[in-house]
Amino acid sequence: MQENDIKFLEDTFKKYYFDHFDLIRVPNRTSEREFGFQKFNSGMTRHISIKDDKELHLLLMKNIPSDVYCSNACYSFPNLPMNEKDWKEADLIFDIDAKDINLECRKNHTISKCNECNEISTNMNSCSKCNSIKLEKKSLPCKNCINASKNEVLKLSNILIEDFSIPQNDIHVYFSGNEGFHVYVYNSQFQQLGSKERSELTDYIMFHGAIPETFGMKKIKPNRLTFPDFDEKGWRGRFSKEVYGAKSKRSKIITELIANGYSSFQKTLDDLSDKIGAKIDPNVTMDIHRIFRLPGSLNSKSGLTKVFCTDLTKFDPYLEASFLNEKLVEVIANCPIRFNLKNTKFGPYFNEKVSVPTFAAVYMICKKLATIS
Amino acid sequence: MLELGADEYAKYPFMADAGQYLKDKGFPLVKFGTDPDLKPSVEKAFHRLKVSTEGGIYKSELIDGQASKSYVLEIEVFSFLLAIVLIKLTGMHTLTKRFALAEARRAEQHLEKDLGKASEKSKIDLAIKIIHDLFGIEIIKRDDFFEIPVADYLKHSTSFHEREWKLINRYVKDGKVLLTPEKTVRLIRKELGTYIGSKINNAPTPPMIPGFENMVNELISICKKLTPSYTTITGEYPPCIKHAIEVLEKGENLPHSGRFMLATFLLSKGQSVEEIAPLFKNAPDYNQRITLYQLNHLAGTSGSGTHYSCPSCEKLKTQNLCFAIPECDNIINPIQFGKKRI
Repeated sequence: MQENDIKFLEDTFKKYYFDHFDLIRVPNRTSEREFGFQKFNSGMTRHISIKDDKELHLLLMKNIPSDVYCSNACYSFPNLPMNEKDWKEADLIFDIDAKDINLECRKNHTISKCNECNEISTNMNSCSKCNSIKLEKKSLPCKNCINASKNEVLKLSNILIEDFSIPQNDIHVYFSGNEGFHVYVYNSQFQQLGSKERSELTDYIMFHGAIPETFGMKKIKPNRLTFPDFDEKGWRGRFSKEVYGAKSKRSKIITELIANGYSSFQKTLDDLSDKIGAKIDPNVTMDIHRIFRLPGSLNSKSGLTKVFCTDLTKFDPYLEASFLNEKLVEVIANCPIRFNLKNTKFGPYFNEKVSVPTFAAVYMICKKLATIS
Repeated sequence: MLELGADEYAKYPFMADAGQYLKDKGFPLVKFGTDPDLKPSVEKAFHRLKVSTEGGIYKSELIDGQASKSYVLEIEVFSFLLAIVLIKLTGMHTLTKRFALAEARRAEQHLEKDLGKASEKSKIDLAIKIIHDLFGIEIIKRDDFFEIPVADYLKHSTSFHEREWKLINRYVKDGKVLLTPEKTVRLIRKELGTYIGSKINNAPTPPMIPGFENMVNELISICKKLTPSYTTITGEYPPCIKHAIEVLEKGENLPHSGRFMLATFLLSKGQSVEEIAPLFKNAPDYNQRITLYQLNHLAGTSGSGTHYSCPSCEKLKTQNLCFAIPECDNIINPIQFGKKRI
């Protein structure tokens, strides 16, 4: 990124942290958490411990980070190297990202930027100018993508509440500041689980690894009576609703399932994970030493804030997560896709000088689709 | 500690009080080598051990979990304790492992019966208490099932490789997993084995007892035959690794977990960091300095010094990195691909 772009982003981010410190959620047990941050065009600084709000405020003002992170884990000594920290426990966190849902619309709002010649194009395989395959993909997620992500959050919440008995108010949903949502689970029985056990939990939530026997289908002499009932709880119930569709079709469909045989049943289960499993990133949940974007901080991939969603259904990230100011800035924009921020439409821009509000300029510069003119 | 009756000592001789039992009876160890009256206990111990090396479970003389005669009880407890003495005298680790597993399975059979006795509440309560005191698992009986908190279930089940033990294949309700008595006890088999194993490891090694020499020597020779060796029959990479290399060769993005798998696999095959690094050259975000730093970190030559190992097949399945072919059958980690036990 160019010097004047960095300067502009730093000034804007600094102002944000000064004006909106109240949005930042200092986690409970602050002094037991590991903090970290990144600066524009620079590496990661981590293994930092912070006592309280004041210290965090000071860190933000002093360093003007592009991104701020905090661990889900609590340690005895958060500022020591990894193997000396003395891990105690970690909140259970899920990451749902629009890019993992692979919707049809995605190709309409994804562009590639060539790492060799900087050409921006809609060709996803090689650069249309120099043929290089080193492409950086940039997506400006649309409403459809956000809604699909929300749907996955709801699927996940249902499983957490219904199967694991987690109270609704211990599940906190945050918009990640870019393409998805982070779901935090507090005070659960899973706090002290290690990585392997959390990986097993993710398989459960994603509906991975189910075998026909679990849903009543035996290899030899299958018995109709062992198939799930329509109103059962947990995965057997979700299976019924998806596969039978309606109570009245149960009997007929069981006959079909038995007639198709065991391997076909296994295939049905494998295909089902895409439909009824929640699409979470298992690597994030498995990691018990990760540092996560701090709620209330800015995401340097978009300039949007990681915000707490009080009402997920109504939540609009392009309205409720955009907190930067409206002062006009001149940029050279090369953003061939239209986007909408704070109820205003921007673009498309084809290598042209335009005057846009700061929040839109930051959005494009963060996506590497504009530079300060 | 639990209050155990005579029958429980015989069923679960590894419980701490069983050791006290021998002491209270006042039998010095040396007497077992020479006293013809005590010989049956030693022979039983030897038999008990031999059965375990063959992968079997020693058949006790208890009738329906009860010691009908007092000498039966003594032989049951003595033979367990003498088996430990014999193991210590052989110094063979294989014997400890096999015996601990066999004894765990024997105890498992008793626990399973006790838990399944719907009419005898005291037996169920005792079995639940044994599981709680030894392994810290809270079990609640509800109708014909036992409820275990999901977190506890996961702690104990993740080492199982059979798919039926995956949480997705269990009945989960209100944060609990519902299990039959059989599955409840199977869940703690490994811990039972570990517990018994630690008892053996912590026991002192006595000097050789006159009269035990032949049995000790025979056990040593059995153990030597048991140690398996492997030979590599093919130099082929497993499909998951081949796939990862293909992705990189095409210049496509291989996720972090895939890069981790590839690097740890090749490191475990003895390749150096310098040999592996060029593989990542085509990655869209390739940076030589970062690649070398990360590889050295995985190899344990920098950072915390931890040498990272290749993820298991199960984990790779979760990460969508598994492309299993028939030759992958029965392996639990990609590094076992193409090896054959001889």
